Amino acid sequence: MAKILKMVAQRLALGFLTLFVVSLIIFLGVELLPGDLAEAILGQAATPETVAAFRREVGLDLPPHTRYLDWLGGMLQGDFGRSLANQREISGLIGVRFANTLFLAATAAVIAVPLAVSLGVLAALYRNTLFDRAINVVTLTAISFPEFFVGYILILFLAVQANIFPSISNVSADLGFWEHVYRVMLPALTLTLVVVAHMMRMTRAAIINLLASPYIEMAMLKGISRSRIIIHHALPNALAPIINVIVINLAYLVVGVVVVEVVFAYPGLGQYFVDSVIKRDFPVVQACCLIFAATYILLNLTADVLSILSNPRLMHPK
Amino acid sequence: MERFWKLLKSAPPTAIFGLLVIALYVFVALFAPVLAPYGESEIVGPEFLPRGEEGFILGTDNLGRDMLTRLIYGARNTIGIAFVTTCLAFLIGGVFGLVATTLGGWVDQLLGRMVDVLMAIPTLIFALLILTITGTSIPVLIVVIAVLDSTRVFRLARAVSMNIVVLDFVEAARLRGEGTWWIITREILPNSLPPLVAEFGLRFCFVFLFISALSFLGLGIKPPLADWASMVRDMRTLISFADPTPLLPAGAIALLTVGVNFVVDWFLHKTSGIRDEK
Repeated sequence: MAKILKMVAQRLALGFLTLFVVSLIIFLGVELLPGDLAEAILGQAATPETVAAFRREVGLDLPPHTRYLDWLGGMLQGDFGRSLANQREISGLIGVRFANTLFLAATAAVIAVPLAVSLGVLAALYRNTLFDRAINVVTLTAISFPEFFVGYILILFLAVQANIFPSISNVSADLGFWEHVYRVMLPALTLTLVVVAHMMRMTRAAIINLLASPYIEMAMLKGISRSRIIIHHALPNALAPIINVIVINLAYLVVGVVVVEVVFAYPGLGQYFVDSVIKRDFPVVQACCLIFAATYILLNLTADVLSILSNPRLMHPK
Repeated sequence: MERFWKLLKSAPPTAIFGLLVIALYVFVALFAPVLAPYGESEIVGPEFLPRGEEGFILGTDNLGRDMLTRLIYGARNTIGIAFVTTCLAFLIGGVFGLVATTLGGWVDQLLGRMVDVLMAIPTLIFALLILTITGTSIPVLIVVIAVLDSTRVFRLARAVSMNIVVLDFVEAARLRGEGTWWIITREILPNSLPPLVAEFGLRFCFVFLFISALSFLGLGIKPPLADWASMVRDMRTLISFADPTPLLPAGAIALLTVGVNFVVDWFLHKTSGIRDEK
């Protein structure tokens, strides 16, 4: 038990070290800008005096390590600085949007995870039948589609022609929960189609991998039915890799929302991020990068820790 | 040649479909100027003409350029840029991966840790950060994506060559006094080729979709170059009028990646020797 705690602690330490390095990269990236931020923002026409005044105002005259610590400290306390585009506090602009993004990703996950796992189990159950092959072709196709293609197909059929869901996911805080769910349905479905394929294939592979092991053969020789073997004997042991794949895909979901949010004009963090990249609003880009990267790293960290905890073989390393 | 036909005959229908699609795209990309009825960014009519009107088979786009022409030239630009990027990613990742295993020691450690950090940040987020700083131009786009993607190639090249470096013939070459570069190119590379070829197909799909996503966000390939994802972006308002034209360039992207994936799937089955037991 002490060993496993040590492993988890090591993994956590490594994760936080990565986060630290990533924050350093995000900070230094903007430092590498030819000239500096002040010149980039004010443009060629600015007089040296304006540039100097701007530097003092933003604190650019301080040495880099002081500014990095200030910046990181601010981030940790939820103070992201001010947007260059409209001089407003970034934290006020980001909070609601990040909540929206998480809501969208969570809705997609609630649909995608059960669907992927049951499809994977079914495909393993009916391996090499027409059903399995069809699912294989369909998922391979789904992986290959760009997200905006899936999004626009759904808009065309479900929003414009059938008129079931709104094509623009316009949400605001005063909507009720179900209304919110209804409005994010199309983007959530798009994300679902994109991630289900991967999760389902890994589930199928994990189960099929186990079917070759002796204890399954024993169960077969005892005459237990195929579905019982897969659900009662194979699935529990396949849970570790499946959980791992699910969490990794959740991490992917949080990042994958960027394109989907733009397609559906959903007021989430991804769209704000892209807008800021186009406007070259550096403080906002840095803040968004850090939030996305941190979410991604933390989810991956969770996947690692869960797979350590759920795998008995890792508990007794050689 | 005969073996080639035999191989083709043994291919599943999905793989044949994939091969046909790839051949078609390459043909269109190579002969774009001959096939296209108009010039790449030539304005030939009024804006947003519907399909089939005034002799424009697919209508015109938001600036009055012929959609069919843009689609044909798009094959050239979009596929060309993705292909160059993938090649560069393989060059960087492959060379560093093989060097890391051959030299081992601290070189391997250093490269490995650097790749770990690069892979910890989602590619799209990292690319957006760098593009904010550098601004978007095609050479920058190619280098940035190639470097970010080379991390995956590095991992694979390292993993594959790891098993080869310890084999006797490599040891023999070392004892003969061959140089590192000779060992890499003559002993290790040929033996680690099949998985790398399959990976090339997958990476190409990934890069292709990635560039498309960036272009769709308005941060990738810029006008006046014809590019499929940018075309979707420019034409997307038409969707709300139930006009499926914007789906054509998007479908063109999807069809190619599906084709490549089918072929890679088949190739992996063939080379890995995995047979699904009955």
